Amino acid sequence: MRAAVIVFPGSNCDRDLAAAFRELTGTDPVMVWHKDTSLPAGLDIIGVPGGFSFGDYLRCGAIAARSPICRAVVEFANRGGHVLGICNGFQVLTESGLLPGALMRNSGIRFVCKPVALTVATSASPFTNAFSTGDTPVFPVAHHDGNYTASPELVAQLRDEDRVAFRYVDNPNGSVDDIAGILSENRRVLGLMPHPERAVDAALGGTDGRGVFASVAQALVAA
Amino acid sequence: MRAIVHVMLKPGVLDPQGEAVRHALGSLGFDGVNGVRQGKVIELELAGDDPKTAEAQVAEMCEKLLANTVIESYRVEIV
Repeated sequence: MRAAVIVFPGSNCDRDLAAAFRELTGTDPVMVWHKDTSLPAGLDIIGVPGGFSFGDYLRCGAIAARSPICRAVVEFANRGGHVLGICNGFQVLTESGLLPGALMRNSGIRFVCKPVALTVATSASPFTNAFSTGDTPVFPVAHHDGNYTASPELVAQLRDEDRVAFRYVDNPNGSVDDIAGILSENRRVLGLMPHPERAVDAALGGTDGRGVFASVAQALVAA
Repeated sequence: MRAIVHVMLKPGVLDPQGEAVRHALGSLGFDGVNGVRQGKVIELELAGDDPKTAEAQVAEMCEKLLANTVIESYRVEIV
C-alpha cells in the first residue's frame, strides 16, 4: 500500500496523519507539497490533513481546493482512488466538489476544541470496517467551521445511500442531522471534522482513532 | 475598470455570525433589529475596458472561487 499526505501552507496535522498511517498501515507516506502538480505513481490513498491552509482566507479550504495539487487529488479520486480528509481536509474536499455540502461557522460561534463521542453510522466503508455500526468512539475536535450544511434533499440522499460515516452523540457545532463525516458515492472518499489521527496513542488523547487507520489497512493492504 | 462583488449567504442558510451581531446590537441598546446577515465585499481592479466581458469574467471567478454557490449567492457590479 502506498499513501501520500498533502501539505499546504498552514497545515498542522500533516505529521500526525503521517505518523498514524505509518503506525497502523505499515507504510511510510510520501509528503506532497501543494505546489507539486502531480502525485507520486502507484498511490492507494491520499490524506488531506487538518490545519488552517492559506490562513483560512476567503473560506476555509477554498484556496487549497484550487491549488495545483488538488486538481491531481480530484483526478485521483475520480479514477477510484481513496482519499481521507480530516477537519480542514474535509473543508478542502467539500470546496473541491469531491464531497457534497459545505462547512460553515459553528452555530455557537466559538472555536470548539475537546474530545467528542461519535456514533459509527456505517461500518460499510474502507475507513470504518474495523468498527461495528453503532460503536461510539471518542475523537478530539478542534474547529471553528465544522457546521455541516446541506439541503434537506441532500441529507435524505446521504441517509438513503448510507453515506453518513460518523454522527456526533452530542452535536458540538450545529451540523445538520448531527453529521460528523460523510462518504462519497463510491465510498472511497471520507471527509470528517473530528481527528482520528489525534487519537492513536494512549498517551495522547486515547486510541479510538486507530480504528479508522486499521480499517484502511484492512481494506487496502489486504487488497 | 473595477468590479465590486457582493457575496451573501443564500436565504434560508442560517448565519451564526449575523445572529451574534444582532445580539450584540441588542445589548448595546439598539432595539428593533429583527435580523442581521453578514456577507463579504470583494473589489477587483481589472485590466480590460469592456464592461460586458468583465462582467462575464467576474461571474466565472465567482462560480469558480469567490463564492461557494452551495451556500452563497453573489452579485457583480462593474464601476
